[in-house]
Amino acid sequence: MRAIHRKLWRDLWHMRGQALAIVLLVACATMTFVGAVSTRRSLQVSRGHYYDRNRLADAWASLRRAPEDVAEEVLRIPGVAEVETRVVAEVQLSVTGFPDPVVGRLVSLPAGGGQPGMNRLHLRSGRLPEPGRAREVVAGEAFVKAHRLRPGDRVGAVIHGRRQDLTIVGVALSPEYVFQARTGAVMPDDKRFGVFWMPRDGLAAAADMDGAFDDITLRLSRGASEPAVIAAVDRVLAPYGGTGAYGRDRHMPTRYLSDEIKQLRGTAIVVPSIFLGVAAFLLNVLVGRVVATQREQVGVLKAFGWGNGAIGLHYAWMVLVMVLAGTALGIAGGVWLGRAMTAQYTIFYRLPVFEHELETWVPAVAAALSVAAGLLGVAGALARAVRLPPAEAMRPAAPASFHATPMERLGIGRLLSPAGRMVVRNLGRRPVRSLLSSLGIAFAVAILVTGMFFGDAMDAFIDVQFRLSDRSDASVAFTAPLPADAALELRRQDGVLRVEPYRAVGVRMSAGPRAAHTALLGLDPGGELRRVADGLEGPAAIPDAGVMLSRRLAQNLSVGVGDRVTVEVLEGRRPVREVTVSALADELLGTSAYTSLPALARLLDEPGSISGAFLAVDPTAEEGLWRRLREMPKVAAIGQAKAELEAFRTMSAEFLLFFASVLVVLASVIAGGVVYNAARITFAERSRELATLRVVGLTRAEVSSVLLGELAVLVALAIPMGWLIGYGLATLTAGSVESDLYRIPVVVSRASYAWSALVVVAAAVAVALLVRRRVDRLDLVSVLKTRE
Amino acid sequence: MGEVEVAALRGVDIDLRDGEMVVLLGPSGSGKSTLLNLLGGLDRPTEGTLEYRGTRLLFDDDASLTRYRRDCVGFVFQFYNLIPSLTARENVAIVTEIARDPLPPEDALGLVGLGGRMDHFPSQLSGGEQQRVAIARAVAKRPDLLLCDEPTGALDVSTGKVVLEVLDRVNRELGTTTAIITHNAAIGGLADRVMTMHDGSIARVAENARRMGPDEVTW
Repeated sequence: MRAIHRKLWRDLWHMRGQALAIVLLVACATMTFVGAVSTRRSLQVSRGHYYDRNRLADAWASLRRAPEDVAEEVLRIPGVAEVETRVVAEVQLSVTGFPDPVVGRLVSLPAGGGQPGMNRLHLRSGRLPEPGRAREVVAGEAFVKAHRLRPGDRVGAVIHGRRQDLTIVGVALSPEYVFQARTGAVMPDDKRFGVFWMPRDGLAAAADMDGAFDDITLRLSRGASEPAVIAAVDRVLAPYGGTGAYGRDRHMPTRYLSDEIKQLRGTAIVVPSIFLGVAAFLLNVLVGRVVATQREQVGVLKAFGWGNGAIGLHYAWMVLVMVLAGTALGIAGGVWLGRAMTAQYTIFYRLPVFEHELETWVPAVAAALSVAAGLLGVAGALARAVRLPPAEAMRPAAPASFHATPMERLGIGRLLSPAGRMVVRNLGRRPVRSLLSSLGIAFAVAILVTGMFFGDAMDAFIDVQFRLSDRSDASVAFTAPLPADAALELRRQDGVLRVEPYRAVGVRMSAGPRAAHTALLGLDPGGELRRVADGLEGPAAIPDAGVMLSRRLAQNLSVGVGDRVTVEVLEGRRPVREVTVSALADELLGTSAYTSLPALARLLDEPGSISGAFLAVDPTAEEGLWRRLREMPKVAAIGQAKAELEAFRTMSAEFLLFFASVLVVLASVIAGGVVYNAARITFAERSRELATLRVVGLTRAEVSSVLLGELAVLVALAIPMGWLIGYGLATLTAGSVESDLYRIPVVVSRASYAWSALVVVAAAVAVALLVRRRVDRLDLVSVLKTRE
Repeated sequence: MGEVEVAALRGVDIDLRDGEMVVLLGPSGSGKSTLLNLLGGLDRPTEGTLEYRGTRLLFDDDASLTRYRRDCVGFVFQFYNLIPSLTARENVAIVTEIARDPLPPEDALGLVGLGGRMDHFPSQLSGGEQQRVAIARAVAKRPDLLLCDEPTGALDVSTGKVVLEVLDRVNRELGTTTAIITHNAAIGGLADRVMTMHDGSIARVAENARRMGPDEVTW
């Protein structure tokens, strides 16, 4: 080994603590980059193969009922390549050993047997129903797993008031249901909602759909205009009760998955950038310091004929060794993180062959980015080493000059002890370095705030749903609109404490050239069980006349309060009316429109009809009530919003805990790294001063307070900065996933702010104590004998 | 290469008398700095004891050594060792704030002739001025013992003389027992006693009949 290389390794060994901090930061950057990119890639590839191979539909439409030959008409629309008609029904299920209401979505399979032309099933076990066996079904894997069912098990279903036993013969995944939630539900609840596929003849017979269909899926030809096709499909289906066709972007499960992938892209950019930025900064400080203390060595080397290039390369290698070690560690960590994230995603998204895939360019790019960031960070220090003239290098550097800080000139300085002034002036002498150190620590706080924000947002979301919006214990949906006395019958049931009827219709709402499909909900203006949330604070008042639009819908239609909108009702006699927008509500979920029950009745010209009701239920009488409701032929579905949200929270808890733990580790690495580095540099630059203070009689604790005081100031400044940055990142994240489906409220709880600060302070204290030990071991004699 | 034990001091037995000025002379490596470090409670002897006004110093007890340095000893170093981020006044104050009965920092600086430069930072002071600040810092807490390690070592002759004048004045006016180590034999003329060290032991102790004034010293 050449002597210069020995010097390199010994220098690195000498600064091993700081080098380790940098290696870990680079490792975290690489790990998060490789983890997020490979997970995103794995999701994308799995999704792509899955959608292609199983032929996911390009568009969907539901209708009340149309004869089979209408499909021919749809197929003639330019741009439509394939059409498949189906019967789809949401029914009540009963599962042995599970008393709560369960909603099943039954989807028909082609009458002749075999796979459908699109949205083909991916069988996990068992088989497809045999032709002629009307009661054989394939069940969705999520439901089967939640209830620990197996092929051969049965579930009871009430289809159009007729009870049937369905036998599970196969378990499958469907590209159409990578995320399974009941109509009207926000979140998946695999115990209370399941998808089943059964032969068309059996389902059609049970649902009175012989020779007819109520659902249609399309595949478009290459280059077709989706909006044009959708408009044409709507025109064809309108006479048959069409409720509006939609493409993949409005298909909930498909949309959720693409939002997730979009979000991972953000993660793959933002988080590694933070780490690389901090690592570059630390390298800058560390190598800058090394070059400064080695001026004389540089001078000697140059005096003996070492070239500028060789000197530059020597320090560049110092950086490369740290960066490459971090990259190697990070790639290994990234593979682990990618696998773990991929495993976590399988909790939510049901994709077959969902395997973690790492392309070779990913680690290569990660390494290149790290090296670039590292060299960029030390460019200044390298240039200084290269430029240093040998003669100047041999002279000691000019002494540090200090000034009273502006703050002190205002007279505040008098409040400080000399030790306090040392702290303030040392920070003030290198304001950029101090600020960047603080900023680095702030990013640790910000990462935690952003991470915990997801949990807070979910809590806020659930809180808004429970406290402000849907406060019912259950919602009952009828198979078709019923007269108002249906509510009275519900009220008479044992265990029902309160009933609030509602009427819901699908509408196409338009204003000028803009149009949207949505649900118009007629609610009881004095109702307590189902209200409309406005922001996070309180419910909005349901207008007696006109319609109240969710803010998002109003934006899509470009209308405000007082404007007129055209409402085309998509059921019954399909009236078209002009109505005034009388209010807006800032809702988190969907793009709905609301009015009062009487106003909706006037609009529909259907006095007193209701689609269902929200119930308050006595928990002790629940089980019997569910049983009786299940037996009512007109009850299509019973939803339990609260139970579903609870189930979702439980399901996400593990997911959130996983991410929170990863984030705590990452944030601790940043905070620890920055604080350790700041402490070591301060210590190295000032060991002489600290030793002098010890010699003149200050105790270890007093001397440490000068060192730790600086760190405390850095951390104290970092915390509010980190909160702000974290809030900003949370706002960006929320904004990036906002869609017509939902909006994430930007809410960060006090607990999250406190925890983020606490984790960072704990990491800082642990590291500071490590450095404090050096104060205890200061060699008083040798420090004083030498000139720095 | 194994560790080799080197004895820095061997068989040293000295007494410092109250209020006297002692100069420790000797070439590099003769052990004078080691002796000074022991006297100041900075270093621990492998063998032997040190008594201060009848009390034995507990070298194993870091807190008691810190207390000894804080209350009884003042140090002046060759390279001044001022805190660059503190002004002259504050460099003195950082010591007076922890002392039991200190001089006001202003008086201490006045004593060394720096009453007019109290709010200057070390980088704004010359070497001699910095050393005088260091002396002010050492004497401001009214130590019983002032230990100076090559106080003029980094200074030119005329500046060095100013520093010696200050030390002489402190010794005479405050009665502080002062020990100066130097390899500059000329400084010995200032002392009551001159101890010459050689190879880890005290080779010779000479008592000056008359202490010279700092202006009389030349080198």
